[in-house]
Amino acid sequence: MTRLALLAALLVFAGGLASTPAAGAPSPADLEAELVCPTCKTTLDQSDAPVARRMKQIIRARLAAGATEQEIKAELVAQFGPAVIAEPPKTGFDLLAWLVPLGILAVGALGVGVIAWGWSRRRSDEPPEEALDPALERRLDSELERFDG
Amino acid sequence: MTAGGGHAARIQRAGQVVALLGVAALLGLLVWRVAFRDDTGAADKLGQGTPVVAPAFVLDRLDRDGRLALADLRGKAVVVNFWASWCIPCREEAPVLQQTYQRYRDQGLVVLGIDVNDFREDARRFMRRYGMTYPVVYDGKGSTVGKWGVRGFPETFFVDRSGKLVGERISGAVDIERNREAYERGVALVLADAP
Repeated sequence: MTRLALLAALLVFAGGLASTPAAGAPSPADLEAELVCPTCKTTLDQSDAPVARRMKQIIRARLAAGATEQEIKAELVAQFGPAVIAEPPKTGFDLLAWLVPLGILAVGALGVGVIAWGWSRRRSDEPPEEALDPALERRLDSELERFDG
Repeated sequence: MTAGGGHAARIQRAGQVVALLGVAALLGLLVWRVAFRDDTGAADKLGQGTPVVAPAFVLDRLDRDGRLALADLRGKAVVVNFWASWCIPCREEAPVLQQTYQRYRDQGLVVLGIDVNDFREDARRFMRRYGMTYPVVYDGKGSTVGKWGVRGFPETFFVDRSGKLVGERISGAVDIERNREAYERGVALVLADAP
């Protein structure tokens, strides 16, 4: 009897797992933010153009049918071309879109580093400040006291 | 000046030169883009009265297998119609275009549909639903839109037998009141240009 109850509980648990979307599966909103409407050139989540509405329908239907993010994107690229993906591809000439900003950032960081290093060297090369003449220091203290008082 | 100060000044000057060169390059790019850009489509040139050859394309066919080039239709009177299945006025004009094709095909007229920014299956369903038997090509990426100067859907153009655009660009359905006359004039114009 206990075994039967355990088996039933396991079946219920397995059924629950089967009906839950797999962890990490994309939501329609995720995909809509990563795909571009071919007529208005904004991401689908920002567009209400007729073709964008149709694309959203297709995305939902394909997700419900168990298609992966990559499969859906590939299908849309086959219809509308690579420009339908919001992010530039990380291959070929388009790779420059990723590398150039990173390169500019690296060169900028290097430049800042070199300038900072130059400043710190200049500061260490400067002669130490000379001590004040004791008479002048006494006079300065008395002037300051008078000023505060 | 100390040695360190001289080094920092040199770095600073080099940085300034690089920054100035960068700004000059960007400015040059802007000037070049403004001076040499030609993003006027064929439709705009047609509107200005400039004789213009219909922009060429080779696209997959939707009505049958294979590809079709506009150049393949040289010698024929061509009514080029840009459409999409999601476009509501396209539904209204589809029967009129089909009627034109049936009426004048024996005189060498071809209606050529260009399905733009659409799903192939949606387009084929649309073609079956509206009984379209004229050739239709698929341009999912919209590669023809810029070259032709298409601003919306539907739009219709007339290409004479020598491959030049004639008549007017028709924006919107061909059967609506404001377009009817221009449409009939365009059809007559390409048909009159007998070989």
